[in-house]
Amino acid sequence: MINFEKFQLSNGLRVIVHQDKSTPIACLNILYDVGARDENPEQTGFAHLFEHLMFGGSINIDSYDEPLQMVGGENNAFTTNDITNYYLTLPVENLETGFWLESDRMLSLAFSDKSLEVQRNVVIEEFKQRYLNQPYGDVWLLLRPMAYKVHSYRWDTIGKEISHIENAQMQDVKNFFKKYYCPNNAIMVVAGNVKVEDVKQLAEKWFGPIPQGPENKRNIPKEPEQTEERTLTVERNVPVDAIYKAYHMCARRDKAYYAIDLISDVLSQGNSSRLHKSLIKEKKLFSDIHAYVMGELDEGLFVVSGKLIDGVTMEQADAAINEELEKMKTTLVATEELTKVKNKTEATHIFGEVEVLNKATNLAISELLGSADLINEEVDKYLKVTAEEMRQQAIKLFRKENCSTLYYKAKK
Amino acid sequence: MEIIDRKSSPAFKTIDTIEMIQASEKFLSNKIPVYAINAGTQDLIKVEFLFSAGMFQQKQPLQAATVNTMLEEGTSKMNASQIADAVDYYGAFLETTISQDHASVVLYTLTKHLKTTLPIIEQVIKDASFPQQELETHLTNKKQKFLVNKQKVANVARKRFTELLFGEKHPYGINVTEDDFSNITIPILKDFYQTFYTSNNCKIILAGKVNEDVYSLLNNHFGGDDWKGATNPTIMVPQTQTTLEKKQLIYKEDALQSAIRIGKLMFNKTHADYQPLQILNTIYGGYFGSRLMSNIREDKGYTYGIGSGLVSLNNAGYFFISTEVGVDVCSNAIHEIYFEMDRLREELVTEEELQLVKNYLLGTFLRSVDGPFAMAERFKGIMTYNLGYDYFTRYIATIKAVSASELRDLANQYFDKNSMVELVVGKK
Repeated sequence: MINFEKFQLSNGLRVIVHQDKSTPIACLNILYDVGARDENPEQTGFAHLFEHLMFGGSINIDSYDEPLQMVGGENNAFTTNDITNYYLTLPVENLETGFWLESDRMLSLAFSDKSLEVQRNVVIEEFKQRYLNQPYGDVWLLLRPMAYKVHSYRWDTIGKEISHIENAQMQDVKNFFKKYYCPNNAIMVVAGNVKVEDVKQLAEKWFGPIPQGPENKRNIPKEPEQTEERTLTVERNVPVDAIYKAYHMCARRDKAYYAIDLISDVLSQGNSSRLHKSLIKEKKLFSDIHAYVMGELDEGLFVVSGKLIDGVTMEQADAAINEELEKMKTTLVATEELTKVKNKTEATHIFGEVEVLNKATNLAISELLGSADLINEEVDKYLKVTAEEMRQQAIKLFRKENCSTLYYKAKK
Repeated sequence: MEIIDRKSSPAFKTIDTIEMIQASEKFLSNKIPVYAINAGTQDLIKVEFLFSAGMFQQKQPLQAATVNTMLEEGTSKMNASQIADAVDYYGAFLETTISQDHASVVLYTLTKHLKTTLPIIEQVIKDASFPQQELETHLTNKKQKFLVNKQKVANVARKRFTELLFGEKHPYGINVTEDDFSNITIPILKDFYQTFYTSNNCKIILAGKVNEDVYSLLNNHFGGDDWKGATNPTIMVPQTQTTLEKKQLIYKEDALQSAIRIGKLMFNKTHADYQPLQILNTIYGGYFGSRLMSNIREDKGYTYGIGSGLVSLNNAGYFFISTEVGVDVCSNAIHEIYFEMDRLREELVTEEELQLVKNYLLGTFLRSVDGPFAMAERFKGIMTYNLGYDYFTRYIATIKAVSASELRDLANQYFDKNSMVELVVGKK
């Protein structure tokens, strides 16, 4: 159980306070409700590039990092297709420095040309390092546009191509900031040995004066139902064949999400899971295989991916995966197996409550999903899932015409 | 409304003292030491069984790592699948990890399930059976991962770099080759297992909710004389052999980025200069605001990231700089790496930068002892070197006291360009 209090400033900023008396570290997490899905198709990778620019100085403060390091703090951020999340940790006595820094860059950035120029290069190197100069690094650059034809999930957070990042202009940066980086589009979580009253006072002082921004009206076209099986075969300079199968599934807020997530656990959570036992150990078709939900906020993907043992054909690999997925459709998961994945979910949740930063980020995401209360309700939602619900979801999911398959072949 | 000054930082405090819970020490009936950090708010526990059974102790590549992984793959009473089922059913996590000096078997579990999960761990540690079929599957799969990793420039660089430092035959230098996978047999594994996974070569570290029941459970399952080995095996520390060329390029035709590794042999954390050198290293390449990051990423945009570090091993230590940069700027990046070394040798670090790094390091230390698992990790870092908690007291004192001129002297002593090994994987 994670206790918290919630309040909202008049400019729309939502603030959640979680008191954890056991730690000398305080954490400030700010989630902006903007991600790669909000990008213009001709300017992809922008949300992520923007995340880098958030460290290039704000209107009153030349450098974000240095003052934070001076008070013993540390920070980082990440961008997904849905959100951009910034977090810092510091000794609780110096919490106000965090408020000062975060509020100033919400007020306005410095919009330095040098920062834009350098971060464009840094992000291009990141593109090369993580996506191009890496075996299997381009998988999502290939798979997303297969699975999505309309929705903006069809590109990855890094962007469609390097030229989009090269072409980013200062005016685009400014427009993006005005549109998305405003208090009413953000959720702040303060966690640690803090008092709600103190956080209220600090929040009013530093964030209160920031003007409210435009309402973030999202109008992303829904991905139409897939009606035909999609496949793509590529050959790359990799040592081992790999297969990726992506099935359309419900949105994160949908009730069915929990049953589907448990399906992925039955298939692939730990060494006792079905894919591990059957396809790696017994049939020896794969050296490595996983099933997982991507966890997107809008209608997302359920993915099965594996690396083939030398000599196994793509057809054999595909058939073996399909056989396991078929079983999920025809046979109810046995009680003991279901209890196992539920126990694991419960334990994972409790282990997730050890670190204050982890709690803060999860509170912010829960609030975005509808209410911070969800953080304490999730386990129960998993526990209530029945084997029949899982079977029903499997029937909906695991259909040929709902699937995009990428055959990623080793160049021989 | 209150007028606020947004131009200058609010008043702040520098960290004066850092409180950490020290590990308590008890012994099982067979003298296995049990160290415990009893802390945390959740009813969970981490139990780590630590053996001096790392790469340093092995007779051939893959021996230590394969033994460690194969523990989970079958005992005389349970097969791999039953072990996995039993652990997963209780929502527990079983991890086996290997490093240069140690092998670990780690159990994470809700405290209430310890009594059900510990007997499984007992079997895994004391009664592993190394089934042939599981071994074959494991080696096949591991070899595939090895082949994939061979295509990553960063990975190739990391491995070749230790060979350049220690020599290709030294236990810290030696790397796995494709042939090594064919040379692992069950007798080779059993030999290592029987020698090193014994009660007299074992230490236990607990973190989380630790009560008296935990000790009696541990004593029941691990406190007997039934898994005693021969006298503690001693391993000779071989000489490093450094006949390899100091500068190397491993050419990769299709590389978009080059991986760079530069560094030299140093010493481990028992050396008097280790702690001040950690501070110098932080300034140079050890945090986001470091000289290397500021220059090579934040000023020039040559890379997504660059860093340097000190690696402490039980019988050696080394210093390294590591980055991946666009192939077209590789030579420039190397130039800047040395330029920043020279700057530390020639110029005094300003008081402002020094103060910042000191405060940052104190904050980092505070974060690193936050929570029972983190405190156990820090404890392991001293215990395995026979150091006591005064190591941390000294560290904090060193951070507070070190001066710019001491750091310059250290840079002159250790940051000599001509003493560095330099490796590029990709293009230059």
